[in-house]
Amino acid sequence: MAANPRRRLLARALDSAWIRPLVMMVGLIVLWDLAVRLLRIPPYLVPAPLDVVAAFRSEGGELLAQAVPTTLATLGGFGLSAVVGIGLAMLIAGSRRVEAYLYPLLVFSQSIPKVAVAPLFVVWFGFGMTPKVISAFLLGVFPVVVSGVQGFKSLDPDMRDLARAMKCSWLQTFRMVSLPHALPSIFAGLKVSVTLAVVGAVVGEFVGANSGIGFVLQRSIGNFDLPTMFAALVILALIGVVLFALVDLVERLAVPWHASQRAPIHATA
Amino acid sequence: MSNAPLRVVHDGAPATARPVLIEIRALAKTYRTQDGAVPSLRPLDLDLGEGEFVAVVGPSGCGKSTLLKLVAGLIRPTSGEVRIGGRPVVEPPDDVGIVFQNPVLLAWRTILRNVMMPAEVRRLDRAAHLARARALLATAGLSDFENKYPWQLSGGMQQRAAICRALVHDPRLVLMDEPFGALDALTRERMNLELQRIHHETGKTILLITHSIPEAVFLADRVVVMSERPGAIAAIYDVALPRPRTIDQMGNPVFADLARRIRGHFYPQGQLAPGPSPQAHLD
Repeated sequence: MAANPRRRLLARALDSAWIRPLVMMVGLIVLWDLAVRLLRIPPYLVPAPLDVVAAFRSEGGELLAQAVPTTLATLGGFGLSAVVGIGLAMLIAGSRRVEAYLYPLLVFSQSIPKVAVAPLFVVWFGFGMTPKVISAFLLGVFPVVVSGVQGFKSLDPDMRDLARAMKCSWLQTFRMVSLPHALPSIFAGLKVSVTLAVVGAVVGEFVGANSGIGFVLQRSIGNFDLPTMFAALVILALIGVVLFALVDLVERLAVPWHASQRAPIHATA
Repeated sequence: MSNAPLRVVHDGAPATARPVLIEIRALAKTYRTQDGAVPSLRPLDLDLGEGEFVAVVGPSGCGKSTLLKLVAGLIRPTSGEVRIGGRPVVEPPDDVGIVFQNPVLLAWRTILRNVMMPAEVRRLDRAAHLARARALLATAGLSDFENKYPWQLSGGMQQRAAICRALVHDPRLVLMDEPFGALDALTRERMNLELQRIHHETGKTILLITHSIPEAVFLADRVVVMSERPGAIAAIYDVALPRPRTIDQMGNPVFADLARRIRGHFYPQGQLAPGPSPQAHLD
């Protein structure tokens, strides 16, 4: 009697969105393990999955502790990216003159590899949190600006006329019309930004830091401690995934009306 | 023609002795573009009486929408002026409601909150206007949809909501820029009846821009016919049909004669080809 519902529950669990990438990942890990065993890859080139698990067991606490500064630097850089990026997008979308002066320079600045300028921040700001945050910010801000400009500019001219005819003040137009209209685009940019901010933070830690996952990565590479390095990479990926999921969640709450989010509303309506 | 219930007026004054609400004097607009100056409106004069329903018809690109935007204070005239209630329009005036061709509802607001927006922006009394918004939605048949989002409504329902929004702060003047242009013919006829009822019940002054000659004749007290770009007033017709008018009256000889005469303005200009045309379904 209970078998049928249980089987249905199992089928539904297997069908859910998060289980498929998980199955895929388990498959890849098995493949990895087989490759290491069958091809006799030496552990100083590629460690076996179980070695990485062992590294987690011995270094787990240390890794988690080092994840904190990296996460903080990422969040700091991402927060700055969001605030500065949306502000710049507003300015660029709002004035053709600002756009003419600023936008080409912004694109130009993006062609400079951040890895190359990161040591400069160490010279300027020392070995603390600041250079990491700036590095994360520099990588994270561009997608927010581009998507924000696109969002603010795509406002229907009729809608702008409507706001003017209603006698909306500048602030009312921004709060009630432009910003909500641009939010879906801005969130698309924020999602790219948050993953890039993780990269930026690690780059900052590579060039000059005494803490963080980037620091652990460099130290373990120096010691040929590849299992720890792989474990650090896993932690790094987890930071990215969790932060991405958080932005995604905030998006769901902030723009429930948007076409990309409509299915859940329809179900409740 | 002296006994016909039509009167051709050229001086732009209201048909009956109503107090004048809008005075348009030598109003002209020339757009400055990269390719040089593009004249959109030649100087024109027109008065709208208080509570009058005036429809403007004309070929595409004749400056009808420019005229409406000038009256709405959304753009500045190149020369001449618009006065509403004696005051020159330099920015969007206070008691005006606008309906565009598209509903332009805010996707992130429910229908009720969309309709409430003019009251919200002007910080008008919330309780009173909420009741008013609900009453307007009820007459528009949208009571069951006030908590829905715009995308959950059909195009006709969205446009009805947009009209409610234009009326919620009880403006003296309602400006409509081809409000039913995107609707199918049947919905359009129903909306015409609806608009006539609103005009009759509220006594608002309405300036309606439209492509449809039957729609203009059906709704308006006066029909302003505009010539090709740069736009100017080619003729003004009084529509002396009694109100309330019914859709059946579109077959009435007076109605047909007036529509035919207005249409006659466009044939020489080659704007409305005989035979099947976008207007054909309205004949």
